[in-house]
Amino acid sequence: MKLLYFSWVRERIGRDEEDVALPDGVTSVGALLGWLASRGPDYAAVLENRSAIRVAVNQDYADDAHPVSSTDEIALFPPVTGG
Amino acid sequence: MIEVRIQPHDFNVAAELDRLRDKRTDIGALVTFTGLVRDMLMHDRTDGQPITAMTLEHYPAMAQRQLEAIAREAETRWPLLGGTIIHRHGRLMPGDQIVLVAIASAHRHAAFEAAMFLMDWLKTKAPFWKKEEGTAGTHWVAARAEDDAAAERWSRG
Repeated sequence: MKLLYFSWVRERIGRDEEDVALPDGVTSVGALLGWLASRGPDYAAVLENRSAIRVAVNQDYADDAHPVSSTDEIALFPPVTGG
Repeated sequence: MIEVRIQPHDFNVAAELDRLRDKRTDIGALVTFTGLVRDMLMHDRTDGQPITAMTLEHYPAMAQRQLEAIAREAETRWPLLGGTIIHRHGRLMPGDQIVLVAIASAHRHAAFEAAMFLMDWLKTKAPFWKKEEGTAGTHWVAARAEDDAAAERWSRG
């Protein structure tokens, strides 16, 4: 799957996107975030406060129960501040 | 049909309104909102410090998709005769235009309400992020609870 990062999430993780293999047993946004947090201290720091992060699956907002698959584009970012 | 454009370059409000009106004579109300870069920080501990520039980052595919969805929602809620939404991205200076929402309708109430709805939803749903540069350094603008509340009042429940 393709992971995209924006704003301070991108800066903290140190890249704007990456391709990752969906780990076995990870079938939801919530499980994906749990796995991501275990990948290193910067990921863990970004996900420390779950309510500070928004998730989009294929360009639509998704909650933790939303399913994920290996072909999805999944983005992590802080609450938006445009306009 | 409300047209959505996301672009780095500036826009000309008068030209956009002319284009929206074209030669139509059925439009009775044309409401325009233009968002600008302020020269002063107005939040948290950095209150009152000057800003020298603002960079708008965005998620291109999702921004287009979300703005289109918001536009379609407005069209189902009010009897509109057209509209234009333009949102810029990239590095902007104080006084620069950031966003345009222009809405045409037969009557003013629909046009005012639709424009306000579009801005309220845009601010809480469209994936753009502001980074301010100032004498105190650079920082990402935090989302405001007031904006969430403003968007929430349009929810149907």
